[in-house]
Amino acid sequence: MDPVARVAGRAIPFGAKNVDTDIIIPAKWLKTISREGLGEGAFETIRAQEGNVFDDPAYAGAPILIAGDNFGCGSSREHAAWAILDLGIRAVIAPSYSDIFSGNAVKNGILPIVLPQEAIDRLMEVAQQGEQIDVDLETQSVTTPFQDRFTFDIDPFRKHCLLNGLDEVALTLARQTEIQAYESQRAKTRGWLTPKTGNITETHA
Amino acid sequence: MASKPRTLYEKIWDDHVVETRDDGTSLIYIDRHLVHEVTSPQAFDALRLAGRPVRRPELTLAVPDHNLPTTARRDASGGKIPIADPQSAAQLAALEKNAPEFGIRYIGDADAEQGIVHVVGPEQGFSLPGTTIVCGDSHTASHGGLGALAFGIGTSEVEHVLATQTLLLQKSKSMEIKVEGQLGPGVTAKDLILHIIGVIGAAGGTGYVIEYRGPVFEQMSVEQRLTVCNMSIEAGARAGLIAPDDVVFNYLKGRPMAPQGADWDEALAYWRTLHSDPGAEFDKSVVIAAGDVEPTVTWGTSPEDVVAIGGAVPSPDSFADESKRVAAQKSLDYMGLAAGTPMTQVPIENVFIGSCTNSRIEDLRSAAEVLKGRKKASNVRWAIVVPGSGLVKMQAEEEGLDRIFTDAGFEWREPGCSACLGMNPDKVPAGERCASTSNRNFVGRQGPGARTHLLSPAMAAAAAVKGHLADVRELT
Repeated sequence: MDPVARVAGRAIPFGAKNVDTDIIIPAKWLKTISREGLGEGAFETIRAQEGNVFDDPAYAGAPILIAGDNFGCGSSREHAAWAILDLGIRAVIAPSYSDIFSGNAVKNGILPIVLPQEAIDRLMEVAQQGEQIDVDLETQSVTTPFQDRFTFDIDPFRKHCLLNGLDEVALTLARQTEIQAYESQRAKTRGWLTPKTGNITETHA
Repeated sequence: MASKPRTLYEKIWDDHVVETRDDGTSLIYIDRHLVHEVTSPQAFDALRLAGRPVRRPELTLAVPDHNLPTTARRDASGGKIPIADPQSAAQLAALEKNAPEFGIRYIGDADAEQGIVHVVGPEQGFSLPGTTIVCGDSHTASHGGLGALAFGIGTSEVEHVLATQTLLLQKSKSMEIKVEGQLGPGVTAKDLILHIIGVIGAAGGTGYVIEYRGPVFEQMSVEQRLTVCNMSIEAGARAGLIAPDDVVFNYLKGRPMAPQGADWDEALAYWRTLHSDPGAEFDKSVVIAAGDVEPTVTWGTSPEDVVAIGGAVPSPDSFADESKRVAAQKSLDYMGLAAGTPMTQVPIENVFIGSCTNSRIEDLRSAAEVLKGRKKASNVRWAIVVPGSGLVKMQAEEEGLDRIFTDAGFEWREPGCSACLGMNPDKVPAGERCASTSNRNFVGRQGPGARTHLLSPAMAAAAAVKGHLADVRELT
């Protein structure tokens, strides 16, 4: 993934609560075997409505999305993160996220910023005025041209990965010794965990 | 020094820590990985691109389920019937190719063992108590019914598990949901979990692993426990689990991939230690009175929008919170419902019995019991039963359940995820209602514009007979 330290620009004042990943990207778009091009299907049912914020020219190309509580709930589909990224969004600001979505976001270089509802309400106003919002991961702060400044918490490991664009798989593969040590211990104390023979019938026509 | 009492979650967590880092994240070993065709192609591609092998292929099981049509898959001479949708076909073909390429066991689309991954795992004895189980699917929480720590992951994590057999995780908080008393007659595991989600909310479990406790769960069969744990994610929880006991051990003994002989004895001794110690502390505790639970249905577009079947569509004004009022009004508009309408007056055009929540043999028996000697109402246009696996289907046919369903006007289908999310051709038309035993009533979930009412298999059968949502207790 690409490193991300700061995301600044206009924000889409979406604000809806309990937005599930079926809304972010409906099931028919999950049939792809690629990560690319999912922006076309992003928020499809909402974008079918006239006057929706996603197709409002005032927010064209905005890199920030402002949402309500429990954003990204439901299905684990990482396609939701890929779709948002494909729309050009690199930061989401909401009071809370589903556990799986926030993990998926981070792994794709999208900042899932958590701020309280009062801050969200204020940022919605700023976004609706078409003013720029500035998200700084290094200082863990969100600022506006009106001197608003909100600070946010983020897991230090996630911050480190985002700032450096780290490949988590490569990081873990570097822990081979530890994994092997665990595996030998596991084989000794809980050998039954390793499936012995394949008893299930295999009749692939 | 006596060790501190631990919760079941803490015990499983502790036994899977490879290492804990200074920043508090832990590298957690994964015992079992289920793979299906939708969330894995990009992960296998990434491995290929980086030249990385699968670390422990024998700990992974691949089964196609989401895209498969539920109509016949083989012609009279045993040849594959081509899948009409080229994208679905390509995704299925990718799994069929990726699994053997990476040395992973693959259960094919026409094998008797094929089915929904969350039905297949327990059925084959692949899913076991005290194990960590993951899958690129949020309903992996199901396997918690066996006393496993099981949760859904994204595709990047699927890649991570394939390459390293581990995940980097922050420990979740723990929540105890204690159900006191007994469920009334006609009230099922599905009604209970819908009720629980109504109480704690769709985000009530975010950041938590839930342990369901109380005599109600001890008396449940394994299949009922799988139903409860399955919908933990609908309350936002990372996972849900129930302490394993003899009911679970008896269920698993002799299953094809379960430990055998001396291995079984060793496993059993370990499994018997898997329960929260007396005095173990939970970060949050919720108490539910079983006697309060009625046969339950959903009225809106979030699984928290539940109401007892004897109740009515709520008025948006009845919600204290402004944003909830707005959301409720939107839901009612989408669902085409007016506040105050008794739920039993909501007409139904489609009935879906299936999904990883309710497609096991006991679910089918429970629906068939209501349907026996009855027919679906004339306004019910489409009613289908989709067994959770080929083995469930065979068992049901042995018991004659298929005949009860077809005599009642249902279609008897091949196993898969089907109309739960309509990635295959099984969809509910826009503007029509579906009484569905699945797990999500989200906008557009069963097809664009489709209106979903979640309920138990017995309640789905009652709705089919009556042609509207109905109280199953009045039919039996």
